[in-house]
Amino acid sequence: MHIYIFKRVLMMIPTLILISIVAFLVIQLPPGDFLTALTAGMEGRMTPEEIAYLRERYGLNDPMWLQYWKWISGIVFEGDFGYSFQWRRPVSELIWSHLGLTVLISFVTLLFVWAVSFPIGVLSAVRQYSFSDYFFTFIGFIGLATPNFLLALVLMYVGFKYFGQSVGGLFSPEYQNAPWSWAKLGDLMAHLWIPIIVIGTAKTAELIRVMRANLLDELHKPYVATARSKGLGEMRTLIKYPIRIALNPFISTIGWVLPSLVSGAVITAVVLNLPTTGPLLLGALRSQDMYLAGSFILMLSTLTVVGTLISDILLAWLDPRIRYQ
Amino acid sequence: MTKTPVLEIRDLQTHFGAREGLIKAVDGVSMTVNRGETLAVVGESGCGKSITAWSVMNLVPKPGKIVGGSINLYDRNGGSVDIAALDPKSAEMRAIRGARVAMIFQEPMTSLSPVHTIGNQIVEMIRLHQPVTKKEAEAQAVRMLDRVGIPKPTERMAAYPFQMSGGMRQRVVIAMALSCNADLLIADEPTTALDVTTQANILELMKELQAEHHTSMILITHDLGVVAEVADEVAVMYLGRAVEQTDVFTLFDHAQHPYSRALLGSIPELGKTRGQRLTAIRGMIPHPLNRPLGCTFNTRCPMAIKGACDAVEPDLIQTGPHHHTRCLAYQNGYTHHFDKKPEGAMRPSETIGGRAHV
Ligand SMILES: Nc1ncnc2c1ncn2[C@@H]1O[C@H](COP(=O)(O)OP(=O)(O)OP(=O)(O)O)[C@@H](O)[C@H]1O
Ligand SMILES: [Mg+2]
Repeated sequence: MHIYIFKRVLMMIPTLILISIVAFLVIQLPPGDFLTALTAGMEGRMTPEEIAYLRERYGLNDPMWLQYWKWISGIVFEGDFGYSFQWRRPVSELIWSHLGLTVLISFVTLLFVWAVSFPIGVLSAVRQYSFSDYFFTFIGFIGLATPNFLLALVLMYVGFKYFGQSVGGLFSPEYQNAPWSWAKLGDLMAHLWIPIIVIGTAKTAELIRVMRANLLDELHKPYVATARSKGLGEMRTLIKYPIRIALNPFISTIGWVLPSLVSGAVITAVVLNLPTTGPLLLGALRSQDMYLAGSFILMLSTLTVVGTLISDILLAWLDPRIRYQ
Repeated sequence: MTKTPVLEIRDLQTHFGAREGLIKAVDGVSMTVNRGETLAVVGESGCGKSITAWSVMNLVPKPGKIVGGSINLYDRNGGSVDIAALDPKSAEMRAIRGARVAMIFQEPMTSLSPVHTIGNQIVEMIRLHQPVTKKEAEAQAVRMLDRVGIPKPTERMAAYPFQMSGGMRQRVVIAMALSCNADLLIADEPTTALDVTTQANILELMKELQAEHHTSMILITHDLGVVAEVADEVAVMYLGRAVEQTDVFTLFDHAQHPYSRALLGSIPELGKTRGQRLTAIRGMIPHPLNRPLGCTFNTRCPMAIKGACDAVEPDLIQTGPHHHTRCLAYQNGYTHHFDKKPEGAMRPSETIGGRAHV
């Protein structure tokens, strides 16, 4: 088991290097750079000399690989993510607070998605073709088909109209800049449910289908019949054998649910005005604020890789066939 | 020695309410298993052998249901319980499963859970039915594994099924099934998935264990060699019915039902039959939704009589001290229709030769 984990962690390193290169290439792909985007907006107000000076100062004339090296070595060796042209502040100052909230929302959403889809998926499979199966299938398809922004608008309206909440954001105005306290945490919780439901609904519907299909596959395997033929009760049979085994593919979803939650959160975050990475990343990409955008992409990809690692370790722990492969 | 029954199935009916209609998978099966004996059940694929076995476990898969008949299980004091009348989910039924009637399945690859150790799975079985501590149950499991010929049984307790060969796994399954000393063991094609040498070893083991524990057994098989080797009694099934039951010698030498005779048609002699498959019989098995009127075999029977066999349902007639047959040729009031007894009426040439999966 330890060897397995060690191997998996080791395998992450090349993946991460590759990701950082791709992230850097992607932000360099659009023609021009931050200065062309900037000067396009202020025609004639900057002399070519000024522009050339800035270009030199930010290292924009260096060859691509050198720019990459400066950026990545700064991150790895000094925790320096570069400088945001747009915000005129170091990227690291901007990134952490937003990233923290993104991780928080994604993680809580994942828990929400699991907590809802697991029991419903089990129920739908065990009672296949029953009323509850059809009912949840119906609800599930609606959940899948509803665009996030629409759901966000509806929930904001409901929250405002019936719960008297301040709309959007994660905090009420009075807590916006207040130091952390229990009251502020409570305020956060009161705001959190809207983004969680918005971001999580489609994934919940999807995972219900996954769980249902997995379990249906397992329910008719001979080992379930064996368990019953031993005299084991139905409930204990289901929990110990097919559900336990159907859980494996379910757990492995953490690897792909996490990134899609993070990216799904971008649109939602714009609509709901959340102080997460989404809106900031969008702005950074628009204005070609390359270090900010690159760092975000890098951090989010790293999160995904870590998510996959966690799911792999969980899987190995749950399933001896993987552990002893 | 007089034979005492351990299981008596009478007129069992297990039906499936499928969307296309009612499938009478088992429709009037009667058979008897005597204490300490092996009853082999043979018949073409789809004739209801497995569903009969599931009915005895009271674990008929949905949408199936036992709708009629009785399944009496006798204990050593002569008391009996009708399994068909018990609620499949009741505690009483669960106490019977595993403890008094145990089952072995065809697929040793998949009949054990892939994510639990074999020790865990055997200990679970023991502790379900016996008031022993985990330690005692483990010791018992190791003894069973040792008995079925698993090398290094103590270490093997921690192994997972995928770490063992098919033959070893089937030994584990047998050890588990016998760990609570069940009166009756139901084995549904227990060796079909194994290679020939392993098959022989497993059968040998089952015979030994059966003798040691005085277990009775229902053995479902397609292999007449296995029947000849292990069975005391044989029940022949056709289209959801038992058409004949008698002891193995009588069946091989003096089968009465035309279907049994056709099945056995190409077997040259008892004893040279290892690996011999049942013969294919001319004609098609009728669709389960479209059973023939009268005797269900009349559409394929070489001696069927128009106006009788396709009109009257034969009863299961006692034709000898240990012989029951469901054929009009033996039924009072109809025998005169048949100029000859079916016995001897059909030669092997009338059956389609060759090995076929029945
Ligand atoms: N789940 C089910 N739903 C509907 N019908 C079923 C179901 N299971 C079995 N049957 C019906 O029951 C009949 C008997 O099936 P069974 O499995 O007992 O046959 P079998 O004699 O064991 O055949 P084999 O030798 O191939 O194992 C089949 O013809 C099938 O039509
Ligand atoms: Mg079968």
